[in-house]
Amino acid sequence: MIRLTNINKQFKKLHALKDINIELSKGQAVSLIGPNGSGKTTIIKCILGLVTPNSGQIFFDDININEQVAYRSRIGYMPQIGRYPDNMKIGQLFKMIKNIRDTESKLDEELYYKFKLDTILDKSMRNLSGGTRQKVSAALAFLFDADVLILDEPTAGLDPLSSEILKEKILDEKEKGKLILITSHILSDLEELTTDVLYIQEGKVIFLKSLSDLRQETGEEKLNKAIAWHMKNSMKHDLRYIKIAK
Amino acid sequence: MRGYLLIFLMFTTFLASANTIVVDKHGLVNTLKQGIKMAKPGDTVLLKKGLYKEGNIIINKSIHLVGIDEPILDGEYEHEILTISGKGIFISGIQFQNSGSSSMNDFASIHAVDASHFVIENNTIINSFFGIHIANAHTGIIRNNTIKGNPKNEQNTGNGIHLWQCTNMVIRDNHVEGHRDGIYFEFVTHSSIKNNFSTHNIRYGLHFMFSNNDAYIGNIFRNNGAGVAVMYSQKVIMVKNHFDQNWGSNAYGILLKDISDGQVIGNIFHQNTVGIFLDGTNRMEVHKNTFTANGWSMKVQANCDENTFHHNNFMNNTFDIATNGTRMQNEFYNNYWDKYEGYDMDKDGIGDVAYHPVSLYSMIIEQNPNSLMLMRSFMVTLLDKAEKAIPSLIPENFADQSPRMKALKL
Amino acid sequence: MLKISKYVLYDIARNKVAIAYTLFLLVISLSFFQMEANSGKAVLSLLNVVLIVVPLISLVFSTIHWYNSYEFIELMLTQPISRKKVLLSEFSGIASSLVTAFLIGVGLPVLIYNPDNIGLALIIVGTLLTLSFTSIAFLASVKSKDKSRGIGIALLLWFYFALIYDGLVLMILFSFSDYPMEKITLLLSSLNPIDLGRIYLMLQMDISALMGYTGATYKEFFGSNVGLFYTIGIMFIWIIVPIMLAVRSFNKKDL
Repeated sequence: MIRLTNINKQFKKLHALKDINIELSKGQAVSLIGPNGSGKTTIIKCILGLVTPNSGQIFFDDININEQVAYRSRIGYMPQIGRYPDNMKIGQLFKMIKNIRDTESKLDEELYYKFKLDTILDKSMRNLSGGTRQKVSAALAFLFDADVLILDEPTAGLDPLSSEILKEKILDEKEKGKLILITSHILSDLEELTTDVLYIQEGKVIFLKSLSDLRQETGEEKLNKAIAWHMKNSMKHDLRYIKIAK
Repeated sequence: MRGYLLIFLMFTTFLASANTIVVDKHGLVNTLKQGIKMAKPGDTVLLKKGLYKEGNIIINKSIHLVGIDEPILDGEYEHEILTISGKGIFISGIQFQNSGSSSMNDFASIHAVDASHFVIENNTIINSFFGIHIANAHTGIIRNNTIKGNPKNEQNTGNGIHLWQCTNMVIRDNHVEGHRDGIYFEFVTHSSIKNNFSTHNIRYGLHFMFSNNDAYIGNIFRNNGAGVAVMYSQKVIMVKNHFDQNWGSNAYGILLKDISDGQVIGNIFHQNTVGIFLDGTNRMEVHKNTFTANGWSMKVQANCDENTFHHNNFMNNTFDIATNGTRMQNEFYNNYWDKYEGYDMDKDGIGDVAYHPVSLYSMIIEQNPNSLMLMRSFMVTLLDKAEKAIPSLIPENFADQSPRMKALKL
Repeated sequence: MLKISKYVLYDIARNKVAIAYTLFLLVISLSFFQMEANSGKAVLSLLNVVLIVVPLISLVFSTIHWYNSYEFIELMLTQPISRKKVLLSEFSGIASSLVTAFLIGVGLPVLIYNPDNIGLALIIVGTLLTLSFTSIAFLASVKSKDKSRGIGIALLLWFYFALIYDGLVLMILFSFSDYPMEKITLLLSSLNPIDLGRIYLMLQMDISALMGYTGATYKEFFGSNVGLFYTIGIMFIWIIVPIMLAVRSFNKKDL
């Protein structure tokens, strides 16, 4: 459904993405994992068209995303830090987004009500806590029942209860066969939610594997263990090179 | 006035014994030449409606030629139409058209040579080389004529009303359009030009040369190639005229060149590139004039001295005064300048600080005309303000020491 | 696009700066007309406001607004809306609110006190200058990453167009005063929207002086409607080109 071919991105001196080739399909729930600054958010922004790669192409259902913007109507995006016009109220924000998307499909207002956003419509965006902002972002991402959900650190800053609500919602959507792409630092969350793991480091794809393959390969049940195993292995690999160099 | 009286007396005495000869295309006397030949001094020749092409017609005895229903005398682009000389000739109510034109002779529709005590009135003159040409004459009236030329260029168009070597003449209520100079005076003295309308002439609406002791009053000079020129003359009085829309790089409301001891009073200068251009002009008095929406109200050249400018209104002009020198003895007082920014603490209606009508920027433009393009820019405003604060370039004695706070009612 | 502009406008309408700008212009215009017995003189004072203050406010306000609505722009871009649309909506939102402020603050008093061709020219020039400097501000904002640098550049641009440029032109005119400078002078003024606006006003106010120019090019330029069409035409280019360049640059920008 989403295909990245030979994507390179350079920010001044920083080579943020190096020759990324991945394909994500319907029904997959992919955890996007990597250390800080490894390029997770850049990949997401590339997919959304917020960052233009220096080279390579991105296809959404085999159509190059440079050619049209309509594909974005099939993506629900929840940013890491939701930034909204300060002097807008929650109610106005929802009204505006609905107005602009002008969609005919049914709205999915489950999170909107579960997070009780309907009770604070008059609150100005300026005065929202980080958690409430996250709730707004989440509710907006799920609002249009999009085929693809891209969630950047969705549970960060949410209280445990809301976090559970969101996770349940993600699982529900996964069941519907949507493509879900999640980044998170909380690997245990991802373990529950996802089917595949995309691991990147220093802008390079280390692997894209299904969770079950990963478990088999590493012999570890837990995702964090599996990842740690991999990291160790890659380190070994590196160390070997260093030895040879010596 | 004395001239009028004289002429009036003259006519009344003639009328007593006068005969009338009627010239009609279909009548007994059917050419004008024949009619004139038959007339004795004091007779009246009535010219009936019709088109007469008789070449050059000459009148040299004191008769009246009066057109009935605007008969037309046509010069067929070849001849001078009417030549008069002598005393007591009266021409009225005739349309003259298509006079000859030549670079050798000053062909005119009506040419008066060595004439006196004559009247030319209520005629229409179209398509002429010269309209009315008067030479070596005195005591005559030219009034209520309409003269329209067909302007080609300065060389092959003569003047509308041209006077040379005359005295005691009255030119009034004429309409002159489309000639080289609307009204031209050379060596004309003790004469007046009143209530004429002179417009769209190629060169000057009125052109004065070597003519002293004349007055022009209540005329309108509009949209002439270069406005009005008064040159090499003394004691000329200019009162209550309108000088409008004389636009061009060498166009002036009035150009005063080598003029002295005259007066410019109560005139209105509106939308001229330069209202008055003074060059070699001395002892002139300029007062009670109104200058509005001119490019420059006045340009005073460095060779002008002892002129006084007072009780004038200067409003909405791009520049008030420009000059090309710094040392000059001219006097300004009691004018109203709308650009004046001073104050009047003692409330006597006179500003307490002097007004300098020459701005730094107008000096810059004199040196580099292209910089006119920067007019009204922030930078120019700053330059002018800086110069006002620390005067260094503008002529210091060029100032109105007692500028009025409010415009005069003129 | 209209939909988004509506929200931009709504945002600006709540912004006190826009209201303050309107009131500021209104107070200035009214006081000029009240103070001067001669309304022509008041228009002359307003001319400086139009040529100096309007570009300044248009530049600074547009730049600040751009950075302040960065969140909104980001949000819009995650929606199925093209960047061009977002940018042009922002532009039309800001531009129309600044133009409205100008028309209320200056246009209305001028129409009441001095409704002649000069007053009308003043309104036309003010409107076009608002649009072109908003357009220039957008280009500068898109090109510069952070807010403080963006505002700095806006101020520099204003200083350049309002003052330095004319100084340079005067210098050029004097250093090459021996050469025929007619066409070059006209060309130079085309490179600055403020100069174009000024010349358009001059064509209304100072035609008597301008006709004193010698030279065929000037005769044609000032003596007919060529000058009016030319200045207005080039000012439109000054509106369209910067915003189009801004769109091009914005399309490639990383957020």
